[in-house]
Amino acid sequence: MGDTQNLGTSPDEVQFRFRDDEPVDHAAVTVDSVLDQTNAAAVRIEPGDDARLLLPFLDRLALVEVNFPVFGDGRGYSAARILREAGYTGELRAVGAVLIDLLSHMRRCGFDSFAPDKRLDEEDAARAFATWANVYQRAADRRATIADKRHEA
Amino acid sequence: MYRYDSYDQAMVDARVAEFRDQARRRLEGKLTEDQFKPLRLTNGLYLQLHAYMLRVAIPYGTLDSRQMAMLATIADKYDRGYGHFTTRQNIQYNWIKLEDCADALADLATVEMHAIQTSGNCIRNISSDHFAGAAADEVVDPRPYAELMRQWSSFHPEFTYLPRKFKIAVIASEKDRAAMRLHDIGVRIVKRDGEVGAQFYAGGGMGRTPMVAPLIRDFVPIDQFITYAEACLRVYNRYGRRDNKYKARIKILVHELGAAEYIRQVEEEFAHLLSVGVEPPREELARIAEYFALPPFRHPSESWDLEQLQSKVAGDPSFRWDDGFGQWVRQNTHPHKAPGYVSAVISLKPAGGIPGDATSDQMRVVARLAKEYSFDELRVMHTQNLLLPHVRIADLPAVWAALDAAGLGSANMDTIEDIIACPGLDYCSLANARSIPLAQRISERFAQSGRTELVGELKLKISGCINACGHHHAGHIGILGVDKKGKENFQLSLGGSEAEDVSLAKITGPGFDEDGVIAAVETVTEVYLASRTEGERFLDTYRRIGMEPFKEALYG
Ligand code: HEM
Ligand code: SF4
Repeated sequence: MGDTQNLGTSPDEVQFRFRDDEPVDHAAVTVDSVLDQTNAAAVRIEPGDDARLLLPFLDRLALVEVNFPVFGDGRGYSAARILREAGYTGELRAVGAVLIDLLSHMRRCGFDSFAPDKRLDEEDAARAFATWANVYQRAADRRATIADKRHEA
Repeated sequence: MYRYDSYDQAMVDARVAEFRDQARRRLEGKLTEDQFKPLRLTNGLYLQLHAYMLRVAIPYGTLDSRQMAMLATIADKYDRGYGHFTTRQNIQYNWIKLEDCADALADLATVEMHAIQTSGNCIRNISSDHFAGAAADEVVDPRPYAELMRQWSSFHPEFTYLPRKFKIAVIASEKDRAAMRLHDIGVRIVKRDGEVGAQFYAGGGMGRTPMVAPLIRDFVPIDQFITYAEACLRVYNRYGRRDNKYKARIKILVHELGAAEYIRQVEEEFAHLLSVGVEPPREELARIAEYFALPPFRHPSESWDLEQLQSKVAGDPSFRWDDGFGQWVRQNTHPHKAPGYVSAVISLKPAGGIPGDATSDQMRVVARLAKEYSFDELRVMHTQNLLLPHVRIADLPAVWAALDAAGLGSANMDTIEDIIACPGLDYCSLANARSIPLAQRISERFAQSGRTELVGELKLKISGCINACGHHHAGHIGILGVDKKGKENFQLSLGGSEAEDVSLAKITGPGFDEDGVIAAVETVTEVYLASRTEGERFLDTYRRIGMEPFKEALYG
């Protein structure tokens, strides 16, 4: 279970947030701790963690942080989609090596808040979030795809 | 062939704008080279020995005359007047400047082309059978399925940072002309009881640990095609190794888990994704397929068959049937589904030339021929040749005359002169040895001795290092460049195949220097000629008599 004191980001570290509810203001615990402890509302997923272990606890989770220790490790994208596909509606926060060019993909995978290691240029980020006027795949953002639009009634 | 609608065009335009912005941020110092690298890679921009290399995608190897003409323009405007066609049906330019790159991409976008996902750890350009849409033996045209996959895999939000690159090939006949089982995922479109579906293979590849992909599902209903692919990728993204880049390809995952366990995990994910609903609407495949409708072939009475062709040209001295034209027709054409037509291979392997290279002038000649004689369609073959897919047999004399005049008339498809070679030490920063000069010397040697035709079908493939970009594991004869105490050395291997009789080649024994390996290639062809029985190819003879007689002759 280890030391959970410093785990997780605080609301101050969140640079972009696409939700209106109050952010959780206490530290997150590890996935292992969620399995053991019954009261934590915030959890932090590391790349090697199996997001599916959290599925029985989704009701009581209000914040899931997905850590990207390095930008090239894309396991967190699958973790995010898996949680959204299972109906998780709480905050899904990307933390760590969150770079401009990852924002649009992360958003599509269901992330709705972002706490980058290094603050990002606001203008560049705004442009990045708006990169795709349309999308090819169905994903966690539930946007109608290009194919859907092509065959609209 | 497929044409972009306004959506597809907007996606590519958005990508060009995004890349321009990334290049700007790199120049302004907002991005480190480390951070910029994966971004330029997903836009096909590599840093090589001498310059940047730009790799342009040619989805499933199909393009039209306008696009080929633009490839020629790019070669003139931003490179040195030539380009290099690759084993993944793409084209590479070796001398691009970083500051020109966004402009080159913008030019490409005007003809519905791009360099998206031609490198990086993402789903790469989808390859296919170069005879797709023309081959007499195909079940259906595989390209609509490949196009559906192209759209699904383009900018896929979940699969842009996979453990390693991911290559997919889609075919639709028993014959495999795309090295399908040497891909991360190989798909064969099949028909069962009138129903179209997809057979999936996973975990093939070359590189330092070559593996032939096992079958992982015999039939995926076509309206679950994308969902199944998504399941395969998600299991790989979650569990593929990331601790060691040499063990990160899906072949290692499938091998370490065992095919049965990988299949179990994919099936579980597949069942889940079916309930989520990620498949594109069914009408989308139908919409795409319309673009691949057969061209309006002329009635057979308006063309000839090959016998008629032979008798018609018999009296014309410029079209000798014994060599020149006749040899080209026999060697470089492939049976077509429409009577009176063939597919005609344009060899980019002149004896002594650089495999896969074409000058901008040659590209323009090819573009013109496609427009005049092949319903405006062209293909890039994984053998680094080009193809006119639909040529009326009666037009072959005119086509050959134009090709021959442009230095494109070599009659050597699938012969020992039709060598696949990677860029090697002439361009590549990872190389141990030069592949191109070796290919040049071998093809020259056989062309001069006149033995090419005698030896018949013989696939020779050369890689400059263990990464195997030149497919040496799959060569009837394979050559691998290694470093031996600072000197170039070449390992010879025999018995590989990338076709439906797929197999991996075995090393003969100690390596050779450059002269030595050329002599060794001649030696093994002599063993073959002395041992072959009626109708046997080199590969068949090797499989029958085994390695020993070859070893004996080489080292005995
Ligand atoms: C010149 C720059 C190139 C570099 C730096 C490069 C790098 C690599 C590397 C590192 C691998 C091994 C990947 C692995 O095993 O995980 C590889 C494999 C491969 N490359 Fe290249 N390559 C280059 C050019 C080419 C060209 C020109 C072609 C096509 C003619 C090509 C086609 C392939 C193929 C077919 C494979 C093996 C199939 C597989 O991925 O398993 N590469 N390349
Ligand atoms: S096989 Fe090696 S030398 Fe040849 S292109 Fe690939 S990485 Fe370079």
